[in-house]
Amino acid sequence: MNHRPKSHPEIYPLVLTTKTQEIFNCRIDEDITDEQPYKLINKEDIFEDLRNRAAVSDFHPVKKIVQEYPGNELLLVYDKDFKYGLNFYLIGTEEGKENYLNPPEVSEEQEEYKEYIPEDVYIYKPPVSKPWVSLGSEKEIEEASVTESTKQITYMISRKRSEFGAPIKFSDQNASSVKDAYIECTAYPDKNFTLKQLEKDVGMQVIPQIKDISTQTKWTYPKNATTQYYPREFSEEEKETLKQSKPLVDFLNNASISVEIALQQNEITNTFIDDWKHLAEEEGTFGDKTDTHLKEYQSFTDLHSPTEKMITCVSWHPTIYGLIAVSVAVRLSFEDRVHFSGKLLLQPSLILFWSFSDPIHPQLMLESPDDIFCFKFCPSDPNIIAGGCINGQIVMWDITTHADRIENVKAGGSRSKKATLKPMFLLEPESNKEAMYIRHCAVSSIENGHKKVITDIHWLSDTFEINRMGSVFENRSGICCQLVTCSHNMFWDIRPQKPLTPQTTEKKKEENIEIPFDVPSTFLHLDLSWKPLTKVRLSKGETSLDHCPTKISLKEDHLLCKTQDKVLAQSKTAKAEEMNPYHNLESGMPNLLKPIDDFCTKFFVGTEEGEVIYTDWKMEKDPETGRLMPKKPVSLHTIHDGIVHTIQRSPFYDDIILTVGGWNVAIWKESVMTGPLLQSCCAPKRYTSGHWSLTRPGVFYIGREDGYIDIWDLLEKTHEPAQSQNICITMITCIKPWIFSSKQQFIAIADYYGTLHILEIPWTLSRPSTNEMTSINHYFEREVKHLEYVEQRKKIREQEKKEMEQEMAKKKVKIYQKSKEQMEAELKMDYESYLELEKTVLINLGLIKVTEKGSYSDVM
Amino acid sequence: MAEVEETLKRIQSHKGVIGTMVVNAEGIPIRTTLDNSTTVQYAGLLHHLTMKAKSTVRDIDPQNDLTFLRIRSKKHEIMVAPGNLAFHFLVKSSFYFAR
Repeated sequence: MNHRPKSHPEIYPLVLTTKTQEIFNCRIDEDITDEQPYKLINKEDIFEDLRNRAAVSDFHPVKKIVQEYPGNELLLVYDKDFKYGLNFYLIGTEEGKENYLNPPEVSEEQEEYKEYIPEDVYIYKPPVSKPWVSLGSEKEIEEASVTESTKQITYMISRKRSEFGAPIKFSDQNASSVKDAYIECTAYPDKNFTLKQLEKDVGMQVIPQIKDISTQTKWTYPKNATTQYYPREFSEEEKETLKQSKPLVDFLNNASISVEIALQQNEITNTFIDDWKHLAEEEGTFGDKTDTHLKEYQSFTDLHSPTEKMITCVSWHPTIYGLIAVSVAVRLSFEDRVHFSGKLLLQPSLILFWSFSDPIHPQLMLESPDDIFCFKFCPSDPNIIAGGCINGQIVMWDITTHADRIENVKAGGSRSKKATLKPMFLLEPESNKEAMYIRHCAVSSIENGHKKVITDIHWLSDTFEINRMGSVFENRSGICCQLVTCSHNMFWDIRPQKPLTPQTTEKKKEENIEIPFDVPSTFLHLDLSWKPLTKVRLSKGETSLDHCPTKISLKEDHLLCKTQDKVLAQSKTAKAEEMNPYHNLESGMPNLLKPIDDFCTKFFVGTEEGEVIYTDWKMEKDPETGRLMPKKPVSLHTIHDGIVHTIQRSPFYDDIILTVGGWNVAIWKESVMTGPLLQSCCAPKRYTSGHWSLTRPGVFYIGREDGYIDIWDLLEKTHEPAQSQNICITMITCIKPWIFSSKQQFIAIADYYGTLHILEIPWTLSRPSTNEMTSINHYFEREVKHLEYVEQRKKIREQEKKEMEQEMAKKKVKIYQKSKEQMEAELKMDYESYLELEKTVLINLGLIKVTEKGSYSDVM
Repeated sequence: MAEVEETLKRIQSHKGVIGTMVVNAEGIPIRTTLDNSTTVQYAGLLHHLTMKAKSTVRDIDPQNDLTFLRIRSKKHEIMVAPGNLAFHFLVKSSFYFAR
């Protein structure tokens, strides 16, 4: 406790309690501060305290020192750092007090030295030697030490001094001559170590004689050596003389023959074919049958819709990768729709835009007044979409303002990443922000439009236009501006440009309608006042009934896949003009358009009853009444047992059409009107959708009502599908394949329960074999010939039949002419001849004797 | 003289022929339709090759002799017609055989 420093014997550490501090007025931080950490205390006061508190007093341990202290005042220093162990210390001598109060001007070294000798001053004591105590280490040392076990032998050799350093003579000696001069260890064949080689593998090669010669040269450092040369050439005169020499002429004549043969060989065949590579190409498609199934890539379902929906139409975005648009409709029958019509009005009918990067949220939602049953992107501007509703209206959307949202869909990964991390219930408010509802731009007028659901809608190609008569004109605006729709009752041409009605009345109507501000005004002139340009009715001949068309196929539609580049270029140039031509549609039709004369205005129509009609849309003047009447259909065939829901032209051939309906499939050629080229037999399940493959001319996909997809390959089998694969559990409503790159092809399959499946088409189904196009061509030609043959045979058969009937008729006539008397006479004659026969037989047998001589000779 | 010209012209006018050269026994070009540096290069290289080919054929069978030599590469075909006096080189291209 008390560390009395040895260097300062006058310092007595003390503990002063607070009571003591108060008594002596040396309270810490009040009387005693850092500037004055000491207090001079009277001796008398200390004595008094000692008397008062005796043993309890803090000064008790230093009582003696205090008594012996010479002076009157003692110095009490506050030891803040506890240098001496306690919080105060008392200086016991006068000199110490003086030293403390007036520190002498001692050299710094001494002070430092004094400071560096704190409490314990270590005094060096030299070690005192003690006797060694054995702890067992000498044994270890003994063990580790090496001692000589034997005594060393010493030799002393001496020699005469003169003999040292004499020249030495060496001589040879045979080791064996001297006895014991050497010890040998002779080698002997040890049987344990001998290996007998039983076989030896030796390779031999015949080479020409080789001579190896080498010399040694004086090699100095490597040096660069160069040579410069020029070719030997003939001068002009020499050339001339040579040219005229006869041997040259002869040689050239001989040589040119072989040269020309060689050149002709090159012209006949392609000498640069790599047969090895070509071999691989042909076998690749047939041999690689390992992976022929469509692989599931992604599937999209709208999880936010309250009622059950089905997908009615699917369309890939023509330019943006990974974007697909789907139209959904409520899955109710007509009665149920009427029953729930109030509830249905509250729910918006939508076209959803799905993107590969976000399987949960649709990117855009297009709103329409009623359920959409079919829609199409405009080929010249993918931001314009036209759709047909269940109530017979046509709806137009313009999403140019939102185009950047869907274009950056692939890059907007951060949005989708955030969405997937949060749980579902938190996503509701976000989804409303992300996928906006876009209202439609325009709808057609209800009075002048269709009365029933629109089942098909097409944009007419931008290369031609149609006027009210149905005749074709060239299209100068460079964009697709006409539509064709197909409904149960009639089908018609719609032109978004204004017809001849004056604009003023229309404008007044528009002013009355309040337009929401975020709807673009592209088709404002059409909204609710849109009338069809022409209507084409398909009448069933004499009766006043009409056909009910469901799908149509026009001439130029099939080029949509191949001319993607063209369309892109066109749309780009349109955009480059800074003003979208679609926004300038109010200018009206240009008046002077050149008519296209030899345009084929015929097209295919499929009806509800399963008929395929090939007819013309151009109107002609009926000679009797003077009105414009549609032409009669060129041909009509009832092939399918149910409603025809797909008519599609092949993307490879202009005139090959696929029709799917009811329980079978048919393929037609446009010029051959006697019947279909191929008609499949009835399938076990109904076919509900179909589509040609985009890359293989002989392949098409058919969807069934049990969720299976049949893949037909005309090169493999024509009587049944080549493959069948299950996609979902319910009816397939739409199939749309799409090409993204040469290596990636997708097919979108929509089903009745509202799920859109995206599958990847495997290599075998997407890549055509080398001669596929020509083979399919041959096949179709053969089928055409077959049809012709059948026709001819029919005729021949008819003729034959007629002839046969005639013969039969003649025969019958002959029989009836025979009268009764003739029959009796004939019978009698038969009987008489029989009697004679009997007689001759009996005579031969010898049973009747020949009585008349004359007759014997007759018999003989 | 006119014959020589005519023959060479006829050969040169075939479809796909880039150039024609006539070279003597030592490899010095006599007549050519290509430019000088190309001619010299071709003559020098092909002369050795033709000699080698000829000696190869002769080595295998001394009764045999080289009649024609064709070198087909990715881009061109070179045809050599040897003779005892001179050699006739032809450089031909394949471009018009592309499918």
